[in-house]
Amino acid sequence: MDSISLATFIQLLVTGISHGCLYGLVALGFVLIYKATEMVNFAQGDIMMLGAFIAFTLASGLGFAYIPVVILTILFMAAFGIALESAVIRPMIGEPPFAVLMLTIGLGFVLRAVAGMIWGHDEKEFDTPYSIDPLLIGEVSLDYEQLVVVGVTILLCLGLWTFLRFTKFGVAIQAASQNQLAAAYVGIPVRRVVAITWALATAIAGVAALLVAPLQLIYPGIGFVVGIKAFVAAIVGGFGSLAGALIGGICIGLVEQFVGYMFEGAYGETSVYVLLLLMLFIRPQGLIATLQRKKV
Amino acid sequence: MALLEVRNVESYYGPILAIRGVSIDVEEGTIVTLLGANGAGKTTVLKTISGALEPQKGTVAFDGDNVTALEPDNIASLGVGHVPEGREVFPFLSTEDNLKMGAFTRAAGDLEGDLDTVYGYFPQLREHRKLAAGFLSGGQQQMLAIGRALMLKPKVMLLDEPSLGLSPRLVQEIGDIVVRLNEEQNVTVLLVEQNAKMALGIASYGYIMESGRVVMEDTTERLAESTDVQEFYLGMKSGGARGRRRWKKRKTWR
Repeated sequence: MDSISLATFIQLLVTGISHGCLYGLVALGFVLIYKATEMVNFAQGDIMMLGAFIAFTLASGLGFAYIPVVILTILFMAAFGIALESAVIRPMIGEPPFAVLMLTIGLGFVLRAVAGMIWGHDEKEFDTPYSIDPLLIGEVSLDYEQLVVVGVTILLCLGLWTFLRFTKFGVAIQAASQNQLAAAYVGIPVRRVVAITWALATAIAGVAALLVAPLQLIYPGIGFVVGIKAFVAAIVGGFGSLAGALIGGICIGLVEQFVGYMFEGAYGETSVYVLLLLMLFIRPQGLIATLQRKKV
Repeated sequence: MALLEVRNVESYYGPILAIRGVSIDVEEGTIVTLLGANGAGKTTVLKTISGALEPQKGTVAFDGDNVTALEPDNIASLGVGHVPEGREVFPFLSTEDNLKMGAFTRAAGDLEGDLDTVYGYFPQLREHRKLAAGFLSGGQQQMLAIGRALMLKPKVMLLDEPSLGLSPRLVQEIGDIVVRLNEEQNVTVLLVEQNAKMALGIASYGYIMESGRVVMEDTTERLAESTDVQEFYLGMKSGGARGRRRWKKRKTWR
């Protein structure tokens, strides 16, 4: 183990937070869908992968400029979420949770296989206008890609919070997630709310895809790795809390980077799951516990 | 023609027949009560009216339109305010947000004025308007559930056991408020109760349900005088010497 210089420390910090934000964004998708429907969508990471390939195709294959790529990818992902909900998820309402769980795991496999067939298994690159030389502050060199991840995540979360807290439809989404029957009785169209929640979750996965694509190479398995870590993030944060998902994601990103630096690279990967185990032993309700309040 | 007409409705929970051939009329401007023991099917009737359950047979008509098996949110937007059993507030939303959700089906309109009206009936809710509804007491949650339904500006309010788990004083208070809502806000009420004393006191007409069927219906004065109702629902003993009362005494409709 080496001692860390300040420059390295700051660099690890930024890398950790930016990776953490990505996990957090995918975890937001987990939590949104879980809160609205009590289903855990294990395909969330693979949905993000799909978004990355869509962005890649729009940019490299069809030659769109960056801004249209961003808009079209997000719109496509939202539409994909609505289609997925009505075609695959809605018929499963009333089935045992285990069946739904298996369905979403299977969906992940299908998405990976289909992506492999369409785009192949070799790695693709996705460039953005901000994929330029890193920003140098003294000895610290910061990638713009990472800074953009952090910035966009903050903006997205603020936007989401404002929407859920202050708009009539946002509050209705919260209401429907807390008590579906009562929501229907006051006239909230619960089915439409659920469909829109899925669209929101997949659109956020699309944003995560646009952010992860320039950082890493795109390949069909990318969503699986990110998805599992995001799931850990959601548990560490306390499943059911949106803020918790983000905080959990950042915790995991930081632990992964610092442990990976201080020991060998492989320990960084492992540390995520050690953190999960520790969390389940010490504070199973997660950092921000909502479930214990739910006994009302 | 009655505001709410339930005709020969049969509803199932999976394979289990919960109510059979139930017909109920609720005239505009009245308070009608539906009495019965646990499992008699009272809640099922309300769920069928508000669209949460689809009846296998029979029809529900509201305000002259057939609303059988419409989606619950459609039925709510027609002016049916359902106050479900066990309050069912939105626990993490503030009291005020709960009330605002009650007005979901209406265009923005005069939300503040309506909130004031609800707070006028339930001053305690104003005190706690920023508090998450899950932290309210049982009585306050019941008031919130009624207030939330009131925000819909309902033509008819379906009240499912508002006295459940409340102290006798609160039961009285809720009963008084239901009467005031009926008179002042012109809300027609279908009141499901196990507390027959309160319900017969405020309603004008009553139905009695047992094992999924309506076994008796009449004005509440006559119901209150019926020996069966007195003995089985109001807990009065039928005079008599020792030994004449049998635990499994037959009721007239059996």
